[in-house]
Amino acid sequence: MMQKQAVVINKNDNVATAVANLAAGSPVSFFIGQDVQQIVLSEDIPVGHKFAIQDIASNQDIIKYGEVIGSSLTAITKGHHVHVHNIQSNRGRGDRK
Amino acid sequence: MKFTGYLRPDGKVGVRNYLAIIPTSVCAGVVASNIASQIPKAVALPNQHGCCQIGADHDQTVNTLIGLGKNPNIGAVLVVGLGCEGVPITKVAEEISKTGKTVEVVIIQEAGGTLKATAEGVQKASRIAREISLIKPQEFPVSELSLAVECGGSDFTSGLASNPVVGIASDILVKAGGTSILSETTEFIGAEHILAKRGKSTEVGEKIFKIVNDCEQKAKLLNVDIRGGQPTPGNIQGGISSIEEKSLGCIYKAGSAPIEGVLAYGEIPQEKGLYVMDTPGQDIESITGMLAGGATVVIFTTGRGTPTGSPIAPVIKITANADTYSMMSDNIDLDASDIIQGVKSIEEVGQELFQEILDVANGKLTKAESLGHHEFGIYKIAPTF
Repeated sequence: MMQKQAVVINKNDNVATAVANLAAGSPVSFFIGQDVQQIVLSEDIPVGHKFAIQDIASNQDIIKYGEVIGSSLTAITKGHHVHVHNIQSNRGRGDRK
Repeated sequence: MKFTGYLRPDGKVGVRNYLAIIPTSVCAGVVASNIASQIPKAVALPNQHGCCQIGADHDQTVNTLIGLGKNPNIGAVLVVGLGCEGVPITKVAEEISKTGKTVEVVIIQEAGGTLKATAEGVQKASRIAREISLIKPQEFPVSELSLAVECGGSDFTSGLASNPVVGIASDILVKAGGTSILSETTEFIGAEHILAKRGKSTEVGEKIFKIVNDCEQKAKLLNVDIRGGQPTPGNIQGGISSIEEKSLGCIYKAGSAPIEGVLAYGEIPQEKGLYVMDTPGQDIESITGMLAGGATVVIFTTGRGTPTGSPIAPVIKITANADTYSMMSDNIDLDASDIIQGVKSIEEVGQELFQEILDVANGKLTKAESLGHHEFGIYKIAPTF
């Protein structure tokens, strides 16, 4: 069996989670429901980290588990790393007045 | 499905038979530990609290100490007080003895200092240790079990695999009539709407929204972004980007059963079934709350790896991160990484975990127990004055 590369938890998600260290330039396949999709990564994605599976505009919801986990700080194109550098949490923000 | 446990006079059933030595203030901690070190199966619960606390913070410490003494894993209790602390020593002893357990008291200022208090304590403790050694383990239905479900050092594998596995085991127990407690209010932020829908009544749902809102407001009062504290730097390194993402993974531990009610920190549920307890996300304080609420077995998922144990309950640890399991197999009981590789299903490993819970309830030592891990801490809700 081929080793699993990434997981999309809910069909509404706009990010996938890498379950192995994945290299920039490599094609990655994953299931969205029953359908297999393939994209080429623009950056190295460490195991456990997320990458965009769609182009995401700035200030859009980031969806994982079919739920909002934060919003984008910049536009994020498909295949890019999605993490604390380009998304923000919308909860527990005592720094915002 | 049955397990072998210890029947207490109040009808509750424990999976261990400890003698607890409970200090009522920080000043009594060393004497309590001295006494415990001389008696087999005695466990001391030294802590930083018990004096110069006021209002709800004081009450919470008192209630937590009482709840821990009432925990079914405890056969009998020796309360050790200094004599002048804020926590009422005799009230703690009296409340615990309402369970029908033997409770003795030593007060350091009345005994005449450390040496005399230790001698008096050892004498009393050794007598009650012999007494509880006569309690024979008997067979009980699994409905007498009470689980605490906890996650610590989470990473991407927690939400994908190990927390859902715990959810399966929790559902099996709840379906069989047992009790399961989900805690860590901070880690409901962003996922509270999902939990609230599972409340048995609208009132339960509203209470879930309220505890989460109160928790978020407390964090906001500090004028900082919660991120860095929650998720922790380790969570972030492990791929978790926000508290919402952490929470959505965290709540899988509660499976799919309806939520019977919302408990205050350390509150003992009145019925069986699945409960939510209002605790912080800090693991040790969260576990203490659930143990004061009567949980007898702790299930602990980890992604990064943690050694956590408890002085009064077995802590079963599970990870779905293959690297973490191989690095920290000393500490982690169950390897669920086959799920990430698609080799085993969440359901399958959930069944395996449930069997492990029964084995541990029947007396199998967890890795944390066999290594002597007994982390302990009580949640404070106000400054000390």
